[in-house]
Amino acid sequence: MPLTRKLPLLVLGIVVLLALNHLFEYGLGDFQINPYYARIIHLIGINITLAVSLNLINGLAGQFSIGHAGFMAVGGYTATYVTVYHGASIAALAGGTLGDPLGSSLAMIVSLVAGACAAAVAGLAVGIPSLRLRGDYLAIVTLGFSEIIRVIILNVPAVGGATGFTDAIPITNFFWIFAMATLTILVVRNIATSTFGRALATIRGDEIAAEAMGINTTRYKVAAFVISAALAGVAGGLSGQLFANPLNPQNLNFVKSIEVIVMIVLGGIGSITGAVFGATVLTILPEALRALDQQYPGLRMVVYALLLILMMIFRPQGIFGRREIGWDWLRRPAKAAGGRAA
Amino acid sequence: MNGPGQGSSLLQTRNVTKRFGGLTAVKSLSMAVMPGALYGLIGPNGAGKTTVFNLLTGVYDPTEGDIAFDGLRVNGRKPYEITRLGIARTFQNIRLFPEMSVLENVMTARHLRSQQTFADAILGTARHHREERDARERAMALLKIFELDSLADETATSLPYGSQRRLEIARALATEPRLLLLDEPAAGMNPQEAGELMRVIRWLRDQFSLTIVLVEHNMKVVMGICETVQVIDYGETIAIGTPSEIQRDPKVIEAYLGGG
Repeated sequence: MPLTRKLPLLVLGIVVLLALNHLFEYGLGDFQINPYYARIIHLIGINITLAVSLNLINGLAGQFSIGHAGFMAVGGYTATYVTVYHGASIAALAGGTLGDPLGSSLAMIVSLVAGACAAAVAGLAVGIPSLRLRGDYLAIVTLGFSEIIRVIILNVPAVGGATGFTDAIPITNFFWIFAMATLTILVVRNIATSTFGRALATIRGDEIAAEAMGINTTRYKVAAFVISAALAGVAGGLSGQLFANPLNPQNLNFVKSIEVIVMIVLGGIGSITGAVFGATVLTILPEALRALDQQYPGLRMVVYALLLILMMIFRPQGIFGRREIGWDWLRRPAKAAGGRAA
Repeated sequence: MNGPGQGSSLLQTRNVTKRFGGLTAVKSLSMAVMPGALYGLIGPNGAGKTTVFNLLTGVYDPTEGDIAFDGLRVNGRKPYEITRLGIARTFQNIRLFPEMSVLENVMTARHLRSQQTFADAILGTARHHREERDARERAMALLKIFELDSLADETATSLPYGSQRRLEIARALATEPRLLLLDEPAAGMNPQEAGELMRVIRWLRDQFSLTIVLVEHNMKVVMGICETVQVIDYGETIAIGTPSEIQRDPKVIEAYLGGG
């Protein structure tokens, strides 16, 4: 798509997000969005970023990482630290404070960039030694890495230790969450549909044949891993600075990593639309099932688990399989019919 | 054994030995392949032919000896580096990318000629679109040669066996090699298909100025198109010569039919 068409779309996207952001923050006249629903929608956006970024390494490159919570933690704590300790001076650069839109936006940008960079460095450090190996080693190394990060955080009082980073300043809002989710989707999609996406798919398909095609498999695995980690770091930065949602080492253990894996498996591993869908459903579902708990305490998680098991029995490839649902998919039936007629 | 002539061979191995623990799969192999040659490597089952291909393409490192491609030492290099130098191969047990279409399989081989960065792909720059279009066109042109262009959007592994073999050759050619290694290209083909394959291989050599080394069990194919044939048995070279010399060689006959 040429720049002349991209630019108006970008502007339109920003305007729509800003309008929705205004609706979420201040409501429209008497209408206010229920804060509980607003929160769920915020969490959906963050989980979309997490799931789509994990899909890059687990889905496209076919490498099984179970340390996504670790990268989320590195990015999240770094971003939150930057805002808590330097946010006021960053906001002052824009001539404002963390309380006004301009100042908080600049602080948000700086903190997210810092979080993404920190997570990317962590991804590089973990990826270079472990991605030379094949198969399960990566899973073990990434699991170990995320646990190490968690234990380190527990012992750093400056970021709250075991009580969580409760000093965080809530500058995350609807706009930034969904701007980052959109950015993540676009980045991953554009990689997936490019020559790099094909290179990653060859690694997933057959590493020996991939090398025989002249593809430096280690390099691309590491690159995908680093990009995936950086985006997880962004999700962490958004999550940690969301109102009353402080980062806590207890919530960033391997169960969190598994949660994100379940999202992409449910949606269909390798499919970006699947990851978006999985993130949305698995954020809503536990909340929707809360009503059950009021009558039968504990039943919620039983039903949740049961639904996942049924899903794996009847549709093991996930809802979407590897398919993408988008403009191309909508146009496809017409194209196929035309092709047959011709 | 008398060493092969030095001269200007495109591919030369000198006393290459590969041991797996106590097993010597390839023993002191020397071969010299001249530019433009059609060179056959034959031998009974388990003679070490595929191991030789794996050594030439960097999948294995030789235990001893040296491999030179166009005067450049290639042993110790990674497979992807060797492909970039201009050696492409097909596999005995077909290794197509199963989830990809026929066209995408060939397009993966254009990746090594790509100049774009991740940023180009993410931002969708003009270079990204130009290269994508170029890769598609070149891949389609190759598919056309192998009469696979009408199947471009099919899943690669849904093709019949013979077509999968041709697709693998098309994919190897897309890397723009100077040396093409074909591992049993005629395996699983009927006599008619094998005959057609022989014609295609000769045509490819002339059209793309290739040098081709092939491992093959189908003697009709080997004897029909190769100018030089090297016979190995238990990893050792037992004969090198023209097809007619090889067919008369007593050692070759013994290796194939068993001593007695």
